[in-house]
Amino acid sequence: MNITEPFAIGNSGIHLLDPRPRVVIAVLFSTITAVLQQFPPLFLAFALALFLVFRARLNPVIVGKRLTILGLFLTMIWLLVPLTFEGELVTRFWKLNIYLPGIVYSAKITIKSVTILLIFMSLVATMPITTLGHTLHRLRLPEKLVFLLLITYRYLFVIGEEYVRLRTAMKIRGFKSGTNLHSFKTTAYLIGMLFVRASVRAERVNQAMRLRGFNGHFYSLEDFAAYRSSGWFLTFALSLLILILVLEWLL
Amino acid sequence: MHISEGVLSGPVLISGGIIAATGTYIGLKNIDLEHIANVGILSATFFVASLIHINIGPSSVHLILNGIIGLLLGWAAIPAILVALILQTVFFQFGGITVLGINTIIMAAPAIIGYYLFSPFVFSSRTVTTATAFVCGALAVFLSALLMAMSLMFTEENFLEVSALVVTSHLPVMVVEGIITVFCISFLKKVRPEIFPSYRQQHKSLNSQFST
Repeated sequence: MNITEPFAIGNSGIHLLDPRPRVVIAVLFSTITAVLQQFPPLFLAFALALFLVFRARLNPVIVGKRLTILGLFLTMIWLLVPLTFEGELVTRFWKLNIYLPGIVYSAKITIKSVTILLIFMSLVATMPITTLGHTLHRLRLPEKLVFLLLITYRYLFVIGEEYVRLRTAMKIRGFKSGTNLHSFKTTAYLIGMLFVRASVRAERVNQAMRLRGFNGHFYSLEDFAAYRSSGWFLTFALSLLILILVLEWLL
Repeated sequence: MHISEGVLSGPVLISGGIIAATGTYIGLKNIDLEHIANVGILSATFFVASLIHINIGPSSVHLILNGIIGLLLGWAAIPAILVALILQTVFFQFGGITVLGINTIIMAAPAIIGYYLFSPFVFSSRTVTTATAFVCGALAVFLSALLMAMSLMFTEENFLEVSALVVTSHLPVMVVEGIITVFCISFLKKVRPEIFPSYRQQHKSLNSQFST
């Protein structure tokens, strides 16, 4: 279990912005990027995302690491799509046909996925999950969903520790995972035990919540007034998004 | 099981988002105040359990467990899966904002189908439970792979080969998930039957420990 939020804390211009417009812009910007078809607006979107990452002063090494996961997926796309996406033939390599539309499509997927990931890292991953929860609440998402998000986040680490404890106990007793029924059975019981403990814990948590007067409402002490005014950010981001859409529409 | 950003077309993403939002709404309606902690903590458990890798020969796969999620949570599985996906996006940058809806459906729809088809058999005889649990776990993965392949096909007809690869590459996972589901369900049945919603409905009188 190695779960961290490396970008959550910082004092860059982006970190100090009000989280609400950040989330809204992230959703808008990602959605627009996902539906773009032309290269010039795609490049503009990519440049804007890079600029945001730069402004958020994210650690480039960690950004790179996060992108490598995507890299594996993109390698698969580049290996598959140019060979199977039929259309104009570029070249024949050995016995394989390489198609032009496949290459174009792969390039688009690459730019889109990297751009959307960068947007997410710079605008959303730059706040702690608790802040994200409060922000979603302020943006009128259902209270229960926000609760669920915060409870899940809170107990993720508790269950994670429980898992590590059980795993250690298994290791001490000489368990080594392999491809056999015994391994599958043991792992299934491990998962079952996690569920049992989680369910017992949930009962206690529920009782404790009731005792403290939990009535289903969400009270947030997060003070959004303390954040820097986001007027310039909204104007800047929205005008660039409109420019991207105009470019897409004109070309 | 995830679709990455940038692959799917606008209409597929938007319909995915709308269906997922509707499902989440129904799911949230089904969670009363008594069970919100339960759903949240079980959702955290799924998150942790889905990080467990199982060795298959030289390679390894990670579990999806949506069959078990469905049996344990019913409709509440949809918001639980949505929340787990949001957290995966934040922590690992798997998936992302625009594919959140479609990824939720890919994992949650089979969970709901499994809930309706197989939860009546959890407390049947041992043979019946074993057989249905296996089918439940395997079918959930198969349906997820199928939904993923369909969303690719709706995006671009040229994705036929890629879609076929998605389904076939999940065949070994299906078998493993089926086996894991069998043992996990039989374990939970013995150790903590109250964890199943179907048990709680049948034993309303025993339910007092949950509601007070």
